[in-house]
Amino acid sequence: MKYTLSVIVENHSGVLSKISGLFSRRSFNIDSLAVGVTSNPAFSRITIVADGDEHVVEQLEKQLNKLIPVIKVKRLVEGEYVSRELALVKVQSTPRRRGELMQIADLMSAKIVDITPSTFTFEIADTNERLQTLFDLLKPYGIKEIVRTGTVAIEKGQGEAYHSGFND
Amino acid sequence: MISGADIMIKCLEAEGIDTVFGYPGAAICPFYDSLYKSDIRHILVRMEQSAVHAANGYSRCSRKAGVCIATSGPGATNMITGIATAYSDSIPVICITGQVKRELIGRDVFQEADITGACEPFVKHSYLVNDTRDLPRIFKEAFHIATTGRMGPVLIDVPQDVQEELVESFEYPEKVEIVGYKPNYRGHKMQIKKALELLRSSEKPLIVAGGGVLSSGSKLKLVKFSEQTGIPVISTLMGIGVMPSEHDNYLGMLGTHGKKYANRALHESDLLIVCGARLGDRAVARPDQVSRTSKIIHIDIDPAEIGKNVTTTVPIVGDMKNVMENLLDEIGDYHISEEWASTYSEWKQKMFRVPPVHEGFVEPRTLVSKLSFMMKSKGILVADVGQNQIWCANNFRIREGRFLTTGGMGTMGYSVPAAIGAKLARPTRDVVAVCGDGSFQMNLTELGTIMQNNIDIKIIVMRNNRLGMVRELQSNIYGGRFSGTILGDPDFTKIAEAYGIKTAEVSSNEEAEKIAETMFKSKEPFVLICNVAPETPSI
Repeated sequence: MKYTLSVIVENHSGVLSKISGLFSRRSFNIDSLAVGVTSNPAFSRITIVADGDEHVVEQLEKQLNKLIPVIKVKRLVEGEYVSRELALVKVQSTPRRRGELMQIADLMSAKIVDITPSTFTFEIADTNERLQTLFDLLKPYGIKEIVRTGTVAIEKGQGEAYHSGFND
Repeated sequence: MISGADIMIKCLEAEGIDTVFGYPGAAICPFYDSLYKSDIRHILVRMEQSAVHAANGYSRCSRKAGVCIATSGPGATNMITGIATAYSDSIPVICITGQVKRELIGRDVFQEADITGACEPFVKHSYLVNDTRDLPRIFKEAFHIATTGRMGPVLIDVPQDVQEELVESFEYPEKVEIVGYKPNYRGHKMQIKKALELLRSSEKPLIVAGGGVLSSGSKLKLVKFSEQTGIPVISTLMGIGVMPSEHDNYLGMLGTHGKKYANRALHESDLLIVCGARLGDRAVARPDQVSRTSKIIHIDIDPAEIGKNVTTTVPIVGDMKNVMENLLDEIGDYHISEEWASTYSEWKQKMFRVPPVHEGFVEPRTLVSKLSFMMKSKGILVADVGQNQIWCANNFRIREGRFLTTGGMGTMGYSVPAAIGAKLARPTRDVVAVCGDGSFQMNLTELGTIMQNNIDIKIIVMRNNRLGMVRELQSNIYGGRFSGTILGDPDFTKIAEAYGIKTAEVSSNEEAEKIAETMFKSKEPFVLICNVAPETPSI
């Protein structure tokens, strides 16, 4: 089972290593981790997608909470948040295949950000599943490289993982 | 204007620190220069690991944070074992390390080590000071973090130029405000109600007390709770001392090396009230089995302990003192059944046995039990790690004193430096360190510290020319192949004599007791070497 955690941390050096160190020493399996500053520059948000059963994720939450630079940990509820991941995909291409590749981009709402005579680079920002679909479609053409950001997520409606106090 | 080093001293003074343990070096020299001018007593240890153990022992007996100091690089890395020990036993220790100058950090200069990085898994929190003006806030926070919630070590790494830099003024903050740190002290009312309901519906409740009962200062409340309700108490290794050993309701230590009747009670009970214990693998080998046969109320200040090792029926997160008060307020006239009370008392009587004597050797278990009564009633016994630890854990008859050992990390060499710390915190009490010939040699150099400061601790070395506990394991599991466990011992009495410390070597309990009697009368340190039969079992 996959879980998405939204973690607010103090924004200073060393915090990320405290968090990543925790994962390895407590043998937590992390699918992805994305970090960025919040609307309040004193805090960063880390979005973690973790794999495991209820017990594992509960321990992960508790252990994260024990770290002093961690301000808040919130487990996002399935269906009550929107998540996106950005990927850049470079595929092999010949001039003859350009049409097909452009069609795929169109179908998947992906952008083409770079073209050379021998390569095509797509940009897609979507859910994890949609990213996988695009990779599957491109596989027959020969994927040279995929670069992904990891998932970021935000709660739907009024919900907020942390009120950063930026507008106070 | 005031220097960073002077600020550090003023911070320690503001925290009421009068004794520190340390070892100087170039990167911490400005601090030592300020220390020279202050009234804080500095105990020069012989290796940095001992500074942390001594601060650990000091803290456990003074109910303050212990403070230790080392220089950058190897000084700091030598501390790591001590820090890990304090972390796994949840002991509040403040470790101050010197660091190379800020502009040199990251350039692999002489005696540079990323100590905050290296200690990350073993500290409750750590700081690398970048701005001299942050020092008062950092010290205030460090002491607060170390001594509240689930206690633990905090490391403050101070670059040399931060110690040297002059700033306008010093002001120690009155309050701390750490957004990400708010321990929960009050147990949830609803959970306490549920716990009491569970207790009333149980037939054979049992209290499992851990180190948390001692560190929260709720020992007397727990005793009262047990006496009022009749619920028997067993303890973990770290929990020894929650009740006097001779108390009718106390069944001793549980676990792989525990008392038979304590383990019997654990397995027969239908409700465990786990107080400030994490139930590690040495305490409960098969935690899943325990939670299948009995319900569990788990009281702990650290929410992460709830459900980590055992599945809990009713968790209560809070300070043991508060929770115990709540339980006492609400318990009414509840008392356990006559049947349960008589069952466990019977086990205690039936399963007690006197260890057999090996001719020409000291019987360590009998000796520890005798020593307990030769010490004053508030005496402190510090056990090292190995067979000696188990002999002490099961046979030290604790009255109003303390039993110190490292149950979490199990660090050999703990006893002598920790006993030094304990004695300096409680100078009027008898302090005895019990170790094996293996563990004694791990921090043997501390005899120098003892000599220099005439620290009145009595060291009992259980000598069997073996690493006894591993030897026992090898004889039980590895077909008697004693791989790497035979020690070639020196004449320890000559070593003690070289340090000018009184000493004797004995091979029978009568001799040992006779010498112990005079040993306790003197105000000087003593090293008593007891020859123990190699085949003496741990339990």
